[in-house]
Amino acid sequence: MTAAAIENQLKGASTRNAAARARLLRSLLPALSLALVLLAIAWLNPRAISYFGFSLMLNLAIPIALATIAQMFVIAGNELDLSIGTFVGFVGCVTATWLKDAPLLGIVVLAGSIGVYALLGALIHMRNLPSIVVTLGMSFVWQGLAILILPKPGGKAPDWLLSLMAFKPPFIPFPIIAALLIAVVVHFGLMRTSYGVILRGSGGNAAALKRAGWSLLKTKIVLFALTGLFGVLSGMALIGITTSADANIGNGYTLLAIAGVILGGGEFVGGRVSPIGAVLGALTLALAASPLLTFMHIPPDWQVAANGAILIIVLAARVLISRRER
Amino acid sequence: MPQANADIIRLDGAEKYFGAANDIIRLDGAEKYFGAVRALSGVDFHVGASECVGLVGHNGAGKSTLMHMVAGTLVPDSGKIVVRGATEENFSVPRAQQLGIRCVFQELSLCPNLSVAENTRINHPSLTGLGWRRKAADLIVAKLDEIFPDHGISAFDIAGDLSIGRRQMVEVARAFTLTQDPLELVILDEPTSSLDAHTAGQLLAFVRRFVAGGGSCILISHVLGEVLQNADRIVVMRDGKVVAADAAKSFDRDRLVTIMGGAERHQKTAAETAKTEAGPLRVRARPARQQDGKELVAHAGEIIGLAGLAGHGQTDLLLAIFTAAQRSRAGIEVTAPVALVAGDRQSDGIFPQWSISENIGIRSLARLRSGFLISPQREAELADFWQKKIGIRTPDMTNNIFSLSGGNQQKALFARALGSDAKIVLMDDPMRGVDIGTKLEVYDLVREEARRGRTFLWYTTETEELDNCDHVYVFKNGRIVANLRRDELTEEKIIQSSFGDAA
Repeated sequence: MTAAAIENQLKGASTRNAAARARLLRSLLPALSLALVLLAIAWLNPRAISYFGFSLMLNLAIPIALATIAQMFVIAGNELDLSIGTFVGFVGCVTATWLKDAPLLGIVVLAGSIGVYALLGALIHMRNLPSIVVTLGMSFVWQGLAILILPKPGGKAPDWLLSLMAFKPPFIPFPIIAALLIAVVVHFGLMRTSYGVILRGSGGNAAALKRAGWSLLKTKIVLFALTGLFGVLSGMALIGITTSADANIGNGYTLLAIAGVILGGGEFVGGRVSPIGAVLGALTLALAASPLLTFMHIPPDWQVAANGAILIIVLAARVLISRRER
Repeated sequence: MPQANADIIRLDGAEKYFGAANDIIRLDGAEKYFGAVRALSGVDFHVGASECVGLVGHNGAGKSTLMHMVAGTLVPDSGKIVVRGATEENFSVPRAQQLGIRCVFQELSLCPNLSVAENTRINHPSLTGLGWRRKAADLIVAKLDEIFPDHGISAFDIAGDLSIGRRQMVEVARAFTLTQDPLELVILDEPTSSLDAHTAGQLLAFVRRFVAGGGSCILISHVLGEVLQNADRIVVMRDGKVVAADAAKSFDRDRLVTIMGGAERHQKTAAETAKTEAGPLRVRARPARQQDGKELVAHAGEIIGLAGLAGHGQTDLLLAIFTAAQRSRAGIEVTAPVALVAGDRQSDGIFPQWSISENIGIRSLARLRSGFLISPQREAELADFWQKKIGIRTPDMTNNIFSLSGGNQQKALFARALGSDAKIVLMDDPMRGVDIGTKLEVYDLVREEARRGRTFLWYTTETEELDNCDHVYVFKNGRIVANLRRDELTEEKIIQSSFGDAA
């Protein structure tokens, strides 16, 4: 019996090591894919690897990273937000109009929109609705509101936002510092705090959490409110860079954000997400989206299609690796 | 104290009153219905301080329902919950935790995406603030060291990476960790089911130490030896009632088995035992985890029962046989077409959008075709034939399948299997939750079809149904442990083998 127990223990340890190795590989994958894209850019255009080059190439990475983090929060609770793109567009329109002309109104509207997200979470939990349906509906609501606020492209970002996004720190380009900051703050909040454990646990085994006496309504509300908060930050950052808004400005973000989370090692169900991975995934997608394609001399007409092809390749690699885990 | 007075009046005798005040928890007349099914009918149950209560009973006897009430996850429809002499009006999980009642549920309730320390944190709202991870890790590792000295688990292992046995160890240890809430009573529901003999021994020894130190424990186990050796008092449940409760010393294995199975013996129809000689071989199958030479053998015209506790490999074997009918599999030989009657008809059996006729015809599409298309006429013929034969009560077979009652839906699924060309019919406990009238009709039909040469493999959790079988294989831990002929079949024998301690 003792011999059997020891054998068992060895077997347990080895399968556990294998699982841990596979998990390490998965968590390295976002960093590896980012390195790969950077290498490709360096090879195609060595001059791009510079302070100025990175500032330019990663210009749009901050709003994408923020939208990806927003999406990551709902995914941590086994839900999906199909409205994040149009929500970013809506926030952009509010930022470029009311937040500049009537700051108080702008702040109230943005805070209210986070409240709407919290209510959506409550609705989805209490009525047991599929989040895909609810957020798909909401995506049209946000889009419609954005068009009402800003029927034609225009508006102007508040000056403080413009100067913030134009900040040029010494040595390290601003987008890289911002990405680091986002990753560290969210990693600490979701992965290290004691309530972050409860939030992730609600995606891992909701029944167990309920049995332990936690409110699943509250976790869902908190996750959706966080999504709303980071959606607002994403929209504001985007307008700070582009200086003016357009009702359709964020439409591509929905799928980019989902792809960023998955590329960053997250999974659609099971509460397995990684904030650092998600930010890396967003940077990879931002670089692969346009700078890499431009350097490859792909004509603009074909860039959107090529972008999709890159997404398929990168996500397929991610799926292949996680399949090896099983 | 008016409440205590009420207790005195209701309970006869001073000794019982004294017992009531000394109880950790007491349930009086607890009843619970799930829809029309009565899971608990007026159960009285109590656990004293520093006592280990063993709770035994067959599948569906109501043990788990009762424990969910003690833990606060289910509320009784009627009856009273009294904790330490005070009636609890709104008993809930947080209230139970405040009172020091914990539960290790049968289904694993760790979050697989979280580390061992993080899973510990979930059960302790007070583990917050700076350094909570270190505190949680120390807490769980200290308890694991205490219960399972050579556990080899790190607090930062992700729960999903651990083997099922180790996960169970974590879950048990977690229930005994202590922060601000008191720890009075721990419910262990099948705590050793995934542990090897060595770690199970460590756990039971710890439970004895815990009880000796003043704690209380409810131990549910299908390994009767564990209960007999470790419990102070044993409560036996059957059909949602407590049928016996006495000091553990007054029980032995045989007595427990007799009480669990029920004393009354079922009358067997003697005429049917005269069985004709076996027809040609239809199925020969060995479970994947079988180590000795035992295998399941079925001939034409036989009804073979698969018995034992739920989830011990019966369904797996049926599904393996089903797969083997299409492409060959090692260890399984199938010589004729197969049809399966699913147990969970809502998720595995019914096509919800389809009519009754379409649901019946789906297994026989090849025969219903004319040219490239399905002939509605032939489909209707098949459906009408079986409507009459099996008595599906509906004005129109083209109605949606959900217009039928549950029992009639199940009949439609039987019609699907029996109306097909299948010579072998696999039944995965299909009569769960079906009314007795429908059951009797289906039993007759099964026997009739068997006389015509069909073979039935029938997994059932209801022991009476096995009386219809010619042969019964009893399963335990994914293996066949006994092969009983119809004439040697008794409920006691089945329970004896499925609770066999020699695993």
